Amino acid sequence: MSRIAVQEERCKGCLLCTTVCPVQIIQQSERINQNGYKVAEVPAASMDKCTGCTSCATICPDVAITVWRSKKPKKAA
Amino acid sequence: MTTKAKAVAPKVAANTASETEELVFDRPESMVDRATHYCPGCHHGIAHRLVAELLDEMDLTKKTIAVSSIGCSVFLYNYIDVDTVEAPHGRAPAVATGVKRARGDKFVFTYQGDGDLASIGMAEIMHAANRGERLTVVFVNNTVYGMTGGQMAPTTLIGQKTTTCPGGRCKDREGSPIRMSEIIAQLGGVVFAARGSLDSVKNIRQAKKYLKKAFEVQEQGLGFSFVELLSGCPTNWRMTPLAANKRITEEMIPYFPLGVYRDSTADGTCGSLVAPAEGGK
Repeated sequence: MSRIAVQEERCKGCLLCTTVCPVQIIQQSERINQNGYKVAEVPAASMDKCTGCTSCATICPDVAITVWRSKKPKKAA
Repeated sequence: MTTKAKAVAPKVAANTASETEELVFDRPESMVDRATHYCPGCHHGIAHRLVAELLDEMDLTKKTIAVSSIGCSVFLYNYIDVDTVEAPHGRAPAVATGVKRARGDKFVFTYQGDGDLASIGMAEIMHAANRGERLTVVFVNNTVYGMTGGQMAPTTLIGQKTTTCPGGRCKDREGSPIRMSEIIAQLGGVVFAARGSLDSVKNIRQAKKYLKKAFEVQEQGLGFSFVELLSGCPTNWRMTPLAANKRITEEMIPYFPLGVYRDSTADGTCGSLVAPAEGGK
């Protein structure tokens, strides 16, 4: 499954990632990190929509997002 | 509560690519895992990352000497894990000239803001470019003096309000914003000059291509390469990061058109233009 992880202690809550997500699953959470920023998150329920396109990570000014992309299934089920 | 716990769960498995998934985006190796001092939404972080990614990809980290400027990017050495010389305000191209001439085998780039490069450092950048020093200049243009509190810079747009032009920049009084890429592209020793932007994913990817080309120009010893990156300063523009990105798209890019302004690599004439930086060694 494609997914992202937000390194919450690095996130500054600028929300640029929320504007570029093609499936619009990134949002501002209610959690506040050590620096006082409300961090970005993907609710666990929407994570399966993630396409692993890396747009959010590309625009993140704080390199706070890591992206994994699911490998294409080689064997037919 | 369960949602919360699940949302944090992927962090536990961080950095482990399994059989079903592959790691496609992570912090570049040469970028130190440390919180930056930049404001939320500041594009310096993106510019740093692009440079660090290219240093990794082109295997230049070990042989790089960076020359950082005065401005917000003064702490470049805290974030990119390469040897760095801190130049006096605006003098990064002059310092880099010395570094490159003394150590012609090293990869040397300067990282400068618009207050640094286009104002106090105008003489140094013009002459370094004209001499065709084998340097790469990364020029971050956010139309304002960021570190000192948002004063007017040479690149401040007409009508833009800053602390030193509170009524908005007036063409009759302060002149027009300087388009550095166009000016630099005219000079004799320049092999590559381009302007990119950091406001959207598409533009960021294009900007990385420009930077890569500029780095290659230096690696091939062709001459001077210059990349301007339009970036945002939400704090001094008194905007949210989202509004700042919109401003780049709607106001900055029309005045500072993106694209390549000089590329002498293809036609092969650049060899005769450059100063003998390594030849004199």
